[in-house]
Amino acid sequence: MIRTATTTSSGSHRPTRLVLWYGQLTTRRKLLRRGWSLVGVPAAWVVLFLLIPCILLVALAFCRRADTRGEIVWTFTLENFHRLLGYTSDGWSGDYLRIIVRSIWIALVTTVISVLLAYPLAFFIASRKDRARYMLLGLVMVPFCTNLVIRLSAWTILFSSQFYLARFAVWVGLIGEDMPLYPSSFAVYVGMVSSFLPFAVLPIYTNVERMDWTIVEAANDLYAGRWRTFMHAVLPQTIPGLMAAIILTFIPAMGTFIVSNILGGSKYMLVGNLIEHEFLGVGDLPFGAAISFVLIVLTIASVFLLRRHEKAVETA
Amino acid sequence: MMRTKLNPMIAVIGIGVIVFLYVPMLAVAVYSFNDAKYGGYVWKGFSFEQGYLRLFRNEGNVLQYLQNTLVLAVASTVISTVLGTLLALAMNRFPWPRKIKGFFDLLVYLPVVTPDIVFAAAMVVAFTMLRYLSSIFDPGITNMIIAHVTFQIAFVAMVVQSRLATFGRTLEEAARDLYASNWYILRKLTLPLLAPGIFAGAMLAFTLSLDDFVISFFTKGGPESTTLPIWLQAEFRRGLKPYHHALSTIIFLTTVLLVLGLERLTRKERQT
Repeated sequence: MIRTATTTSSGSHRPTRLVLWYGQLTTRRKLLRRGWSLVGVPAAWVVLFLLIPCILLVALAFCRRADTRGEIVWTFTLENFHRLLGYTSDGWSGDYLRIIVRSIWIALVTTVISVLLAYPLAFFIASRKDRARYMLLGLVMVPFCTNLVIRLSAWTILFSSQFYLARFAVWVGLIGEDMPLYPSSFAVYVGMVSSFLPFAVLPIYTNVERMDWTIVEAANDLYAGRWRTFMHAVLPQTIPGLMAAIILTFIPAMGTFIVSNILGGSKYMLVGNLIEHEFLGVGDLPFGAAISFVLIVLTIASVFLLRRHEKAVETA
Repeated sequence: MMRTKLNPMIAVIGIGVIVFLYVPMLAVAVYSFNDAKYGGYVWKGFSFEQGYLRLFRNEGNVLQYLQNTLVLAVASTVISTVLGTLLALAMNRFPWPRKIKGFFDLLVYLPVVTPDIVFAAAMVVAFTMLRYLSSIFDPGITNMIIAHVTFQIAFVAMVVQSRLATFGRTLEEAARDLYASNWYILRKLTLPLLAPGIFAGAMLAFTLSLDDFVISFFTKGGPESTTLPIWLQAEFRRGLKPYHHALSTIIFLTTVLLVLGLERLTRKERQT
């Protein structure tokens, strides 16, 4: 709390407002000057290297690349978005739209599977005694912090043609003789779920840990069956954790580039691969920025939709 | 606390998911000992030679990449720890007008909520523009350090902030009453009290730097700035060999140690 006092300093007629701040009698202006001297460098850093570039990224989406040398022409145009919608000089093609739809679909499936698997795991961890609980949490945290390239390289072993999984698939008749299980969309799905599942576990777990179990006991006392107990006493309490889990899984799944790059092969494109291709492969910054813009809009829209849905669930 | 008995199926699924997360890493560890000179996943016998020894003899210039990885992680951690701590201190200890406070919050949340790939794209834009000013911003390790610092600052600031919240203003007020100067209070009171939080923030920043692939990949230069994950990603096309798996195993074990350390730190903090 700031306690203020007004005095008149001897020289001038204007009153100076003195504040008592952390036991120090000083003026607001002096305090803020000291504050700016601390915050100046880090704030300038983030503004210069992130805030301004983000604004430029959005602006770039509406610019065009000069045909000859790849320089950026700063004019307003919707050309990039026309191109994304599939209108080219040679007529219409749905390639980009297909990639966007595929990305959304894969991210959705990944999110659903991850949350469905993370939900029981969170309850399992929460039900253990102290020591086991910390150990299990650590076991979930380790993959969370391990570099994705390394975790994905591990799947390429399990999916190789010489490993049992592929041999089993051959035996069942899913794939031909001596064929590996990757690159394929099946491999991408497995890789996605294993990559982003830890994101779903932690928010659900913190929610479950704080649950009010007396409600569940009350439901049991009133002879509610397992299903009704779950639907009315357990599930409603875990909605906030579930929502956080969905958001935290969906956003990185939507923007992934490395999972499809490694497990999907060079022709398997998601939005992330498209952005990488435009920025690093072709060097078409404006078009890459337009795709990034679409990704940001899709992400914000999904979070917004979910939040609205959450409110609807809560009031119901 | 949970007092209701869980369905045994929940334990089965829970353990199954953890196995699902770890089986791949187990396979990597096993195949790092495979005696297969040209790779492949037929078991040819146990060997240190093809995996670990070849790695330690600098196979594929791996020591250079290790050095790059560590330079990147250490440099970015040091810079971001200083900047993040300053940001946290300044945000919490001064009577900012509400709009400016909101702006600082934006600066802290922006790097956290931006998807990796968009963040990386923004970095490319930033360095493309800055290159007009100076050639320092040509792709390479400097850019990678700047990019890493940019996302680490926010995480350090968040961790330090939570530590700042644990001790109130009474100690600082007491010091003021005893006529301590600003500088003296910062040096002898605030920083020592914050030290565990700063250390935890630094460790988190270090882990995040090691964990990153996408942002490094977008800002990297030639081989002189290649890091271990970037090298591994490039080697996929040629097929992985036992020494790649040896490298993965070592990085994985390092991560385990880091996570254990971080966990221990935060738990100690909760107890004090």
